[in-house]
Amino acid sequence: MNAQASANDFILQVEHLSMKFGGLVAIGDLSFQARRGEITALIGPNGAGKTTVFNCITGFYKPSEGMLTLNRRDGSTYLLERLPNHEIPARAKVARTFQNIRLFSGMTLLENLLVAQHNKLMKASGYTFLGLFGFPSYRQASAESIDLARHWLEKADLVDRADDPAGDLPYGAQRRLEIARAMCTGPELLCLDEPAAGLNPKESAALNDLLMDIKNNTGTSILLIEHDMSVVMQISDHVVVLEYGRKISDGNPQSVRTDPRVIAAYLGVDDEEVETVLTEVGDEDVIEQLDTGPDSAHGPGNSASMMAGPVSDSVEHADEGERVTVSKGASKAAQVDARAASIASKPQSAAKPAAKSSAPKTAPKKPAAKASAAKAGSASKGKETAAKPTAGKPGGRK
Amino acid sequence: MAVTVSSERDTVATPIQRAFREALYAGAISLGLFVLFIGLRTDQNISNELILVQRWGLLAIVVIAVTLGRFVYVAYAVPAMERSKAERAQAPAVVAEPGFLKRNFNRIGLVVLLLYPIAMVLLFGFQGSLKWVDNFGIQILIYVMLAWGLNIVIGLAGLLDLGYVAFYAVGAYAYALLGTHFGLSFWILLPAAGCMAAFWGVMLGFPVLRLRGDYLAIVTLAFGEIIRLVLINWREVTNGSAGISGIPKVSFFGLMSFNVSDPNYIAKVLHIAQSGAYYKIFLYYLALALCLLTAFVTIRLRRLPVGRAWEALREDEIACRSLGINTTTTKLTAFATGAMFGGFAGSFFAARQGFVSPESFVFLESAIILAIVVLGGMGSLGGIAVAALVMIGGTEILRELDFLKAVFGPDFTPELYRMLLFGMAMVIVMLWKPRGFVGSREPTAFLKERRAVSASFTKEGHG
Ligand SMILES: Nc1ncnc2c1ncn2[C@@H]1O[C@H](COP(=O)(O)OP(=O)(O)OP(=O)(O)O)[C@@H](O)[C@H]1O
Ligand SMILES: [Mg+2]
Repeated sequence: MNAQASANDFILQVEHLSMKFGGLVAIGDLSFQARRGEITALIGPNGAGKTTVFNCITGFYKPSEGMLTLNRRDGSTYLLERLPNHEIPARAKVARTFQNIRLFSGMTLLENLLVAQHNKLMKASGYTFLGLFGFPSYRQASAESIDLARHWLEKADLVDRADDPAGDLPYGAQRRLEIARAMCTGPELLCLDEPAAGLNPKESAALNDLLMDIKNNTGTSILLIEHDMSVVMQISDHVVVLEYGRKISDGNPQSVRTDPRVIAAYLGVDDEEVETVLTEVGDEDVIEQLDTGPDSAHGPGNSASMMAGPVSDSVEHADEGERVTVSKGASKAAQVDARAASIASKPQSAAKPAAKSSAPKTAPKKPAAKASAAKAGSASKGKETAAKPTAGKPGGRK
Repeated sequence: MAVTVSSERDTVATPIQRAFREALYAGAISLGLFVLFIGLRTDQNISNELILVQRWGLLAIVVIAVTLGRFVYVAYAVPAMERSKAERAQAPAVVAEPGFLKRNFNRIGLVVLLLYPIAMVLLFGFQGSLKWVDNFGIQILIYVMLAWGLNIVIGLAGLLDLGYVAFYAVGAYAYALLGTHFGLSFWILLPAAGCMAAFWGVMLGFPVLRLRGDYLAIVTLAFGEIIRLVLINWREVTNGSAGISGIPKVSFFGLMSFNVSDPNYIAKVLHIAQSGAYYKIFLYYLALALCLLTAFVTIRLRRLPVGRAWEALREDEIACRSLGINTTTTKLTAFATGAMFGGFAGSFFAARQGFVSPESFVFLESAIILAIVVLGGMGSLGGIAVAALVMIGGTEILRELDFLKAVFGPDFTPELYRMLLFGMAMVIVMLWKPRGFVGSREPTAFLKERRAVSASFTKEGHG
């Protein structure tokens, strides 16, 4: 933004994006950037708001707040939140796929890819009038569009089935077809919502190849939502981690993988491990809550309420009028924060009933090591700064 | 009907035994059902008193017929069907090569349609052919045109429009009013009426675009009624329910006229005997030409991006938007194009009839057109044409069934049962072919070979 050069490096800049559904904050003040020509992965546990981010980017939802800037290669800039839905693919050149595949199942594969070239063909057919009388210019464009479709069918390894209905394809092939269809719109940014979901390892590997091919040969930048960590770690250049609509980590795959907040929130730390860590801190209530399952994630003031004091201080956010928020204690990343915070508040625990249970049991083993982190944790006010103290001590728990 | 009662329980019993038992059950049930329906009848005697007429003989006939029918069905028909099914399952699956008739369906159909009036004139003479050319030929062709127009909206774009007859009415009244007031010729008024209807299609389209499925259906239904009520109540312009008469006839491109009094009356120009049949035959070919125009445009549009976008819209609207298709304009063009063909059909109708009134544009018309589209198979022109033939031709034929009087006695009037038979036929067809006569879909482009898409993959659309 401030420097022209840096703005052009980024194909997509998401700034302070918020999306609320009634009282539910699906995305809260999210900012990240996607570099041109890279694969940016957006990960996070179920319900973290990843699909909602996509829906905001592609205009299916109007964000409650925030700015989404798309910089095209030719230097033009689009504010996606202001464009109507269908103009985002057409003018800003953002294409997407869907978590629950949305193909035109009664149309053949080829037709699916031709529909994707609608705007180009519409122009070539003189908005139907020239095409109706079979003008040669339209025939030419039509032949070209079939060639492009064939190209992408070959890339997706589907050319043998070009004349079959899309609904007849096996699941993995449908996913590839959806990507091929999105690519036929000639996008600069391709948003893929869980493309590897439901694929077997072989199909998943083929998908990786297809995505790498797209990245290397078309210069299309990719924004990828994925639960399959093997895919994320192998092909992405940059990972953004969401939890309960907030960014908890952002960086290259290696740094994200080792971020304790991410580990706690998402990356395969099983509950026992979290439990042991928590027992160390002495959070019985939180352990109880983990045992009762994810239901407690919604509605404030349940068993995690004792955490509410310190956590909501450090992970506070701007919106005042919000009535229902996701319970802070449900966020595992926040728990990691909270541990630090609870240690920090321990000296005053006699005065603060909220931290009562942490007082007797906690005998910090490494008081010196934690003290600095704890100090930073309690000092933090904005949520972005809240991310720093924990991110600053990677590997400490592992 | 097709359910055999307790077939698992008595697999030991021979079919004859089982049939005997089931026949008894069926007889008992029908006796119980019909004893009041058929056995007793209320009537009036001469002194206007209500009396009960007992018809035990008729009741016995019906019950025996049911019993025997059930017996024959279970004892012979079911085993025979199972045997043939087993044989078919055993036989190696032969890829059914479509027969000559099926392959050349369109060409044969076109030739038959072109020769139809000539054949009728040869068979029945000029006067006798009137009924066949006009009541059957032209009537069916009008419905074919209407159904093909509606097919664009429902079959391709998947927008359930229950008020299609409104555009038919707009076309007819546009022709009637402009023709009677300004004396413009059919050839100018035809496109004008089409444009007018298309304009109203867009007018209707705008407010209802955000609605989908049932809601859209209800609003379009209401729109149809609004147009009809305006036609009835705006007396200064439309002459209310009395309608507009004296609508000018179509001329043969201005060269020949079909008015006996005109100097260039066709019989005078060509030096042939005077007859009303010429006009009907001319109208028949005119309707055929308009139908062919509709078909040509529809087939062309399907292969153009706009037509593909319509079908894509029917399949998945959200995916369409994610591909940069402006769904608003796409829906509007579907509405407008469909309405335009409705307008063409309407102006033709007015010219043929010479008289229009709001009576002709009731909801039942919309329902019939919709039924034709559904029965024919949404999106398929051939299927819809056959459906129009069956539905409209069928109801017309039922007027002719005087021989049924011989079966059911002299006071049986087949016309009264027209709609009943019509409804039964529809139910049977929908049971037999739930996706209509032609359920499969022709792809609009292909790489290697054109293969029809089975109906199980296509969607009906939700908006
Ligand atoms: N249209 C909507 N109306 C109300 N709430 C919504 C809507 N869309 C999403 N949400 C809520 O927003 C939250 C985030 O949902 P989202 O679908 O973005 O999650 P996700 O990260 O994609 O999860 P998953 O990994 O399961 O796909 C959820 O709590 C969801 O219930
Ligand atoms: Mg999702």
